[in-house]
Amino acid sequence: MLKKTPLGQVLGLGSAKAGTEHWWHQRVTAIAGIPLVIFLVGYLLVHRGASRADIVASMHNPFVAILMGLTIANLVWHMRLGLQVVIEDYVHTDHTKYALLLLNTFFAVVMAVAGLYAILKMSIGL
Amino acid sequence: MADTRNAGRPLSPHLQVYKKSLTMTLSIVHRITGVALSAGTLLLVWWLTAAATSDQYFDFVQSVFGSWIGKPVLFGFTWALIHHTLGGIRHLVWDTGHGFDLKDVEMGAKLTLAGSIILTVIVWAIALGVS
Repeated sequence: MLKKTPLGQVLGLGSAKAGTEHWWHQRVTAIAGIPLVIFLVGYLLVHRGASRADIVASMHNPFVAILMGLTIANLVWHMRLGLQVVIEDYVHTDHTKYALLLLNTFFAVVMAVAGLYAILKMSIGL
Repeated sequence: MADTRNAGRPLSPHLQVYKKSLTMTLSIVHRITGVALSAGTLLLVWWLTAAATSDQYFDFVQSVFGSWIGKPVLFGFTWALIHHTLGGIRHLVWDTGHGFDLKDVEMGAKLTLAGSIILTVIVWAIALGVS
């Protein structure tokens, strides 16, 4: 017998109220990460020892800027999900756990904003 | 939520009762490389921000990365990134319901480890201009 209200059954969110969303986002960003990691390593190899002017010039190409932006966004999302699981697995004191989860979110947001801003600035030269 | 754990209750033996295996080691290495790569993200964003700032600041960051301490750290991050990517692909294969036979699991572990080392060496051979 399924001990769930019809609404609860349809929503399928479980006791954590998040359903499978976390797991699914982890996989989506993992799959997207494969080509983006290849791009990142390739980009860094091509631009090894490059001057700042070369890096800025490379970002003038929209395809490079967009791919680097996607790399940062995808990486940061994947990182936040992963670190969250690590914190939840190992930290069992409530106040420490919630403080770390909050810091994790702040860290991810700062990395995303800083990375994307740097790319945008070089790309369109604000 | 109240802390309902009883510190005095007997605990069943956990990891320490099992014979160490390569698959166990790679499981924890996947997590450790993931955590380490968060610091790698910080370095990547630092580098991008420096490139968007000024020549002097960019040169400073480049000199840190190119120093005797910077290079081994970047080498480590290269391996962590490649290992985590290959390990991730291994997990994605498992997500499809395939590759759970003991033989396949063992083979996947060896391929991930060997592949990550070989690819890291190749990337650095190119980076250092070894032909």
